[in-house]
Amino acid sequence: MFNNKLVLPGLVWISLFLLIPCLIVFTYSFFERGVYGGIEYNFNFENYTRSFKWTYFKILLTSGQIAFISASVAVFIGFPAAYFITKFDSKIQIFLLFFIMLPFWSNYLIRTYSWMVLLNNQGLINNALIQIGIIEEPIRMLYTKFSVVVGLVYNYLPFVVLSIYASLSTMNKEVIEASEDLGGNFFNTLFRIIVPMCLPGIVAGFIFVFVLSIGNFITPDLLGGGRFLMIGNLIYDQFLSARDWPFGSSLSLILVIIMLSLLFLQSLILARKK
Amino acid sequence: MKKIYLIIIFGFLYIPILTLIALSFNRSGLPTSWGGFSTEWYVQLFQNEKIFKALFNTVIVATISTLIAGILGTLLAMGMEIKKSNKFVEATAFIPMIIPDIVLAIALLSFFTLLQLTLGLHSIIMSHVVFNTAFVCAVVRTRFKYFDHNIIEASYDLGGKYTITFIKIIFPIILPGVIAGCLLSFTLSFDEFIIAFFTAGAGSSSTTLPMLIYSMIRFGVTPEINALSTFIILFSFIIVLISQRSVKGKLLI
Repeated sequence: MFNNKLVLPGLVWISLFLLIPCLIVFTYSFFERGVYGGIEYNFNFENYTRSFKWTYFKILLTSGQIAFISASVAVFIGFPAAYFITKFDSKIQIFLLFFIMLPFWSNYLIRTYSWMVLLNNQGLINNALIQIGIIEEPIRMLYTKFSVVVGLVYNYLPFVVLSIYASLSTMNKEVIEASEDLGGNFFNTLFRIIVPMCLPGIVAGFIFVFVLSIGNFITPDLLGGGRFLMIGNLIYDQFLSARDWPFGSSLSLILVIIMLSLLFLQSLILARKK
Repeated sequence: MKKIYLIIIFGFLYIPILTLIALSFNRSGLPTSWGGFSTEWYVQLFQNEKIFKALFNTVIVATISTLIAGILGTLLAMGMEIKKSNKFVEATAFIPMIIPDIVLAIALLSFFTLLQLTLGLHSIIMSHVVFNTAFVCAVVRTRFKYFDHNIIEASYDLGGKYTITFIKIIFPIILPGVIAGCLLSFTLSFDEFIIAFFTAGAGSSSTTLPMLIYSMIRFGVTPEINALSTFIILFSFIIVLISQRSVKGKLLI
């Protein structure tokens, strides 16, 4: 009974509804848009050369920039959180982690919407700052790159804390004590012992946020308000408004290639670690 | 120091959610001023037929796709863990979890269009099964960590048939993982927006709740959305709590 016939139904489903559709997209990316928005089966690389024209390449760069900033910020504030959690009793650690992860399970749209409420010109943050007297006029925070980064960090921070925590908790505590006994100060111990040793968790967290951010559609759409595009929005537009499916396909493929190279990079870093 | 830092982090994570919950009881319906406590928006929410229709669609999509994915994912996990799997199988079971939503969405739209398939709830279900299967499989596989493969041999030696071995030995051990995986799959499907949006087709008959929420947020926010959000947040939290219990194996073993 237990031969690999068991994996067949799942594999067939995923092949039919993921691998084949992706192959279709791959093929489309070498064709042209038809006059009425269909596909003109005329093989060329036009879509790819077009993707690297400045108008579109700029969008790719913006996406990379926002993904990079979000991933860095998430790791920067997530690392201390994970580190401090390991300082509690193991029962409290589980409890704290559970509540770190909890928001992650609620609806993504709703979590993003909550920041529209907070960052609005008449929103709570602007109101609070005016009440305290720090600012006189509301600062425009919503529909900027800032609000997009805030939204992405907010949505993915729990996972970063979890992955860094997982690395930290398997670490040998005696090494830290040894470093302290040998006269290493806090920063020496942190950057020469702790950070290198939990590098796999940091890298996993960083790449997770980067990958999910660069192809994100909802956050730039809602918190960026269409003031600037990210590659996810561009793909969306090509399929639903511009109706240039071949061009949208080539952009999707570029996105997948970026993502796969990052995951490959991650596996290289992890392999070196071992 | 560690407490202050964690309080700030928890504040960052929970203030936005708590703000929405508080606003859902705000009579004025505005985020700017507090008009007193009121359950008016909940009353309006319950009178909104569109929301119930969308909720109904979402529950259908999430339930059916979870049932299918529950079976496919569990079989996949068993096949990979009990027999050796290879790189192709590993990659195929992994890709649905990491592929950007928007890419899967446009790929499925292209596929269905090429096949000239009429779009509707069924196409959303077929699409959701893809990533749900991968997630169920990943969760069930974690259960095999506690699995001693010798007990299968033992069961055979004692004369147990394949079916008996599966029902009496394997399934009870992986059941908590199957339940947790199905709950995860249900939540993912319940919340999923982009893939549903692309594979729902034109017309409002197959609008799911996330699609409705998106249009409520994007094109004119009504205060009802806060009440609706509160419900959805509490609902997800309850599912996570149940799932947490079953992963710990409190149900069995």
